[in-house]
Amino acid sequence: MATPLSKQANGARQDTPMRIILVGLNHRTAPVELRERVAFTAEQARWAAQELRTRGVVEEAVVVSTCNRSELYGVLGENAEGAAGALEGFFTSFHELPAGSLNGSLYRHFDADAVRHLFRVAAGLDSMLLGEAEILGQVRQAYMAALESGDTGHVLNRLFQSALEVGKRVRTETEIGTRPMSAAFAAVKLAEQIFGRLREHCGLILGAGAMGEQLVEHLRDRGMTRIYVANRSRERGEDLARRVAGQSFAWEDLPRALELPDIVVASVGGSEPVLNRELVEKAMHTRGGRAMFVIDLGVPRNVDAAVADLYNVFLYTIDNLTEIVEQNKHARAKEVPRAEALISEQLEKFQTWQASVRSVAVLAALREKLQQNREEFLQQHMDEMKHLSPEDRERVGRLTAELLDSILEQPAKCLRNEKGLRRKLEEIEAVRHLFGLEKNKP
Amino acid sequence: MTSILDYLVLAFYAVSLGLHIWYLYTDSRLVGRLGTVCLAGGVVSHYFALLSRARAVGSVPYQDLYGSMSLFAWLLAVTYLGIERFHRQRAVAPFILPFVIAFASVSTFLAPAAEAVHRSKAYGPLFALHVTVNILAYAAFALSFVVSLLYLAQNRWLRHRRLGTVIWRFPALEVLERMSRSSVIVGVSALSFGILFGFIWARRLLGQYITGDPKEIVSLLVLLVYATYLWLSRKTAWRGARACRLCVASFFFVIFSYTVVNFYLSSYHRFF
Repeated sequence: MATPLSKQANGARQDTPMRIILVGLNHRTAPVELRERVAFTAEQARWAAQELRTRGVVEEAVVVSTCNRSELYGVLGENAEGAAGALEGFFTSFHELPAGSLNGSLYRHFDADAVRHLFRVAAGLDSMLLGEAEILGQVRQAYMAALESGDTGHVLNRLFQSALEVGKRVRTETEIGTRPMSAAFAAVKLAEQIFGRLREHCGLILGAGAMGEQLVEHLRDRGMTRIYVANRSRERGEDLARRVAGQSFAWEDLPRALELPDIVVASVGGSEPVLNRELVEKAMHTRGGRAMFVIDLGVPRNVDAAVADLYNVFLYTIDNLTEIVEQNKHARAKEVPRAEALISEQLEKFQTWQASVRSVAVLAALREKLQQNREEFLQQHMDEMKHLSPEDRERVGRLTAELLDSILEQPAKCLRNEKGLRRKLEEIEAVRHLFGLEKNKP
Repeated sequence: MTSILDYLVLAFYAVSLGLHIWYLYTDSRLVGRLGTVCLAGGVVSHYFALLSRARAVGSVPYQDLYGSMSLFAWLLAVTYLGIERFHRQRAVAPFILPFVIAFASVSTFLAPAAEAVHRSKAYGPLFALHVTVNILAYAAFALSFVVSLLYLAQNRWLRHRRLGTVIWRFPALEVLERMSRSSVIVGVSALSFGILFGFIWARRLLGQYITGDPKEIVSLLVLLVYATYLWLSRKTAWRGARACRLCVASFFFVIFSYTVVNFYLSSYHRFF
């Protein structure tokens, strides 16, 4: 498989224009009923990208489709006229939706706006849950699928590599993705903060509520294998134990069951606490004082507040967890300006690269033009040089070629070495204007 | 006189500290590894700096305060590196390395030029081993002290549900507890050997194992206190924060032994 970099090096077509286009919709512009109708499966995404290229709508294409967004990224060719409309039409026709059904939901961005949008998506700034990490993997998957199908070229390769890079930087250089954003995940992170790896620890779930089950799923994802379930209704408890691959205890055996786990998740209906201080104190004594993390998800509370005073017991209620999530939301939001600054930095890098590609194209066009002029000039004056021997004529030809090289050396050097993006673009325009390279504008 | 090697040692430790802080902030594995590599570089170059000083003074550099501080800094770095590798946990480094750098800096910038000391042949390899192993014990106890403080701070935040930004980057409480215990095991082992070597040396020189020097009594007391910590740290009522409090309190005996006893009470152990 060709790597992105090798493709870029070998396949760079520097004479092509590089207009980047994005057409799509997301959770901000479309309700879930609409989003699910325009979502692309991996196979559909591959097919759609190929179809767009075959039809000549775009020269390169990547389809990014997640539960919160469906976006088509493309590079426009010479016939860019109407490409945005064609892409919008493609959305409806591909998903067999009535014409105009996506009006008002689709957005379109070009060039720098499209690039910035993708960078924000990869960084998790455009996600429903600010800073969520999954989106970076989804962008990577979409890009890799397009790369393997040969639907990307040097522009989208560079663009998506930059997006992945900035996504990673935002996660490592800011605090945007470090804190848990759901109560269940906050509880799991707290458990890891107390016990470290959860693989060697076991949990007990009291009650068969949906939230408790969700939390156990998180604990299992983090490596916990030994899970016990105790429920007032033995049948429902056994059913849950089967679902989470755990072991069921009779409700009457709760004091004995409490001696085993390091993490207790209480999610029981009822007005009276099911865990009181005496019960937990006795269990703590039997288990040799090892730390116990008690998560009380019940409303009203399932665990007596006095349990929190016991030595080596960490008690968190649903309110405590919600508070952590709220604090984390604020903390994440505070990181947005730093993330945006990283995105702007990456955008400038990308635009500088684009300008470099354009400068190479301008120089190539200039060389071609001057070469053509030189050949015409020599042709015109060939009659006047009849007295010259073939060797001398060849020498004249060689000297004019060298003269051409020396003329081009300075502008090439200037364009190559110019670091400032704006100045570089001005110089490109100046060269193009002064030498009349407007035709076939790169 | 400060040599290039001394500066190199400080540079390695400082860069390692910077990288470890960066690691704590970003959680980047690459940055963490680079931090460990720099620390290892610091330990190796520090060894050669100590070797050079040892050659100049003709002995392990324990006779003067600055040499002793440099040896302590090196042994602290070595012990930490060992514990870091054993527990695969780098997040404690930002709290240990400032001490290493402080001790190494004082030794580098304030120490006068090393002069050869003339001691009787009685101060042979066994005596050098006795002192070195005892300083290793002090370094290990210092490490357990810092780790226990971290445990107590984090335990407090978790119990009172005051979770700031950094808590998510800290090692888990259980890991800190294990790190503290490992450091104390190293310290107790080293101190036991150190005391043993001291008794053997005293027997050879003075004809008796115990001379009644206050340092001997305080060292045995330190050993007893830390052995008690190791025993209690697995007991139901002491596991966790209480054991860590005991570990923190025990370190004050070490400071007392290293300073007051050495400077004012002991006659045999006053080297500087």
